[in-house]
Amino acid sequence: MNGDVACAEGAIAAGCRFFAGYPITPATEVAEHMAVRLPYLGGMHIQMEDEIASMAAILGASWAGQKAMTSTSGPGFSLMMENLGLGIVTETPCVVVNVQRAGPSTGLPTLVAQGDMMQARWGSHGHYEIIALVPSSPQEAFDYTIRAFNLSEKYRVPVLLMTDEVVGHMMEKVTIPPKSAIRLVSRRKPRGAKARHQPFSADASHIPPMATAGDGYFMHITGLTHDSRGYPGMDAPTQKEMVERLVAKIRTHAEEIMDVEEYLLEDARVVLVSYGVSVRSSLKAMFEARDRGMKVGLLKLNTVWPFPERRVRELATTMDALITVEINLGQIALEVERSAAGRAATDLVGHAGGTIIEPGAILEAIEARCLNV
Amino acid sequence: MKSVHPYDELLRTDRIPHIWCPGCGIGTAFSSMLAAIKESALPLEDFAVVSGIGCTGRVAGYLKLDSFHTTHGRALPFATGLKLGNPRLNVVTFSGDGDLFAIGGNHFIHAARRNIDLAVFCVNNFNYGMTGGQVAPTTPYGAKTATTPMGNDEWPFNLPLLAYAVGAVYVARWTTLHVRRLTDAIREVFDRRGFRFIEILAPCPTAYGRRNRMKAPLDVLKYFEARVRVRHDADPAEAQIDLESPIVVGKFVDRKRPTFLDLWSKRYAPDEDEEVHVA
Repeated sequence: MNGDVACAEGAIAAGCRFFAGYPITPATEVAEHMAVRLPYLGGMHIQMEDEIASMAAILGASWAGQKAMTSTSGPGFSLMMENLGLGIVTETPCVVVNVQRAGPSTGLPTLVAQGDMMQARWGSHGHYEIIALVPSSPQEAFDYTIRAFNLSEKYRVPVLLMTDEVVGHMMEKVTIPPKSAIRLVSRRKPRGAKARHQPFSADASHIPPMATAGDGYFMHITGLTHDSRGYPGMDAPTQKEMVERLVAKIRTHAEEIMDVEEYLLEDARVVLVSYGVSVRSSLKAMFEARDRGMKVGLLKLNTVWPFPERRVRELATTMDALITVEINLGQIALEVERSAAGRAATDLVGHAGGTIIEPGAILEAIEARCLNV
Repeated sequence: MKSVHPYDELLRTDRIPHIWCPGCGIGTAFSSMLAAIKESALPLEDFAVVSGIGCTGRVAGYLKLDSFHTTHGRALPFATGLKLGNPRLNVVTFSGDGDLFAIGGNHFIHAARRNIDLAVFCVNNFNYGMTGGQVAPTTPYGAKTATTPMGNDEWPFNLPLLAYAVGAVYVARWTTLHVRRLTDAIREVFDRRGFRFIEILAPCPTAYGRRNRMKAPLDVLKYFEARVRVRHDADPAEAQIDLESPIVVGKFVDRKRPTFLDLWSKRYAPDEDEEVHVA
């Protein structure tokens, strides 16, 4: 199956039974597959009037107790930023899939890019932390969509699956494990007297339990800055308490959220840092360089946000150079550069989008570092 | 002994005083809804009230029900997800004219077209009150606002006609002067299913009235009293509001049309005992 369908199947396996979306290339196959599958699983697919409404609808469905998802690409992702912020501040679990295509604006609707990585980090206004996963194959699209739901349910935050046109449209074998082998997480429910329930009162984990509309908790949920009761508080202390907790909720759990894979780093002098479809080009270049005797390894980012800055910093102290490979003109490369903090040289192999990164371009960058250090 | 207001059980009394100005009509519209909720005797835990942004949007924050104060214009798609996510819920949207018909206009026409089972109450005070009285899609031609200081050169929406045209099954208009009839209408709306819409004309003396020679709160109510004509089953096309003609109020539409969930269930979970009316 292709990556879009694998993503839809992953959502179904994760227990998603509500999907709201709007057609957009190259993400449409996710919605089409949900439209075929969900009604016969007791779920629902609805095509909304735009991506603003799609994002709003999945938030509403989540408060109704559903695991909910939407999928889109660049222009739709831009429209979702407003209600993504509402999802963050109301701590509403849901999954947003961005099958990235080349921008800005309408850009190249049918062609690949990885240009929305910083939008994923900072696209909605205000200061917040977010979780973003990046699959590099249809199998990972399936697996990471399940993980995206688990993380969103656990941390009560919208989770972004930042896939791309090539992964979305690529056909590969996907192994779907037996149901018993799939570990699922559901949001923690409140306990104790309903009348005393405070919707945003959290313990040391910073993650409040979540009630469902209709269960008699009579809760007030607002996009305004609010206190633990959910009541608006129009002052700096309430803002400080709320925003700092939303940030701490992710930062204090960053180590368990982050997921990276390392290839041939033991004796490496140069490390490629890549994610998504660009990992495939990077692996090819890495093996070719190894065949030619160059000591190069790969750090594969399965989660991009929160960014694994500690690991990158460690690598920077032992490596000569870090080469970021991504289909843009330097987004995650900036994070690598920031984390390396001058301890190693940092390069970018990237372009404006429309095609994958050619392994040859990566090989040249590896050669340039291996011959010069 | 502490005195208790009959609606206190529906209110977050610890959030009072509210933000609304003296003479504002939103509180009256809100009280009518509270009365209708009490009279309906429907289980309170089944209610979910969704509002957008603006003075009217603040209603959600004073209700001791499950209530959601969402983003500007997006109350209806949020409410759509809430209703479809749990069809047992009695989902109400209570918001203002700018929220529902300017920034949220697209969502209104599509929620009505789909006939999502939602009760939608729109307080129309002819302007954007919270931001200081700017022109709205409901501001009458010629009326003065902060952004049309010499008078408005746009034509306003005729909300009952719009709601009727896009498929609402119940369409009414009342003013906050018609407290009893408004309460009865809201009560009636709770007995119906499908996309139901009531426009509630309300004074905004602070932002709109003072720019249009209706500075005192009572002036707007007197204006309503002088201009309003109660006409049930009137053609919604006659509901256009301008600064000269009478204002038609009453129940314009009360019809049956299968809801989105009726049709969905018929297709995917048919129940032979249940009759689905297809118009």
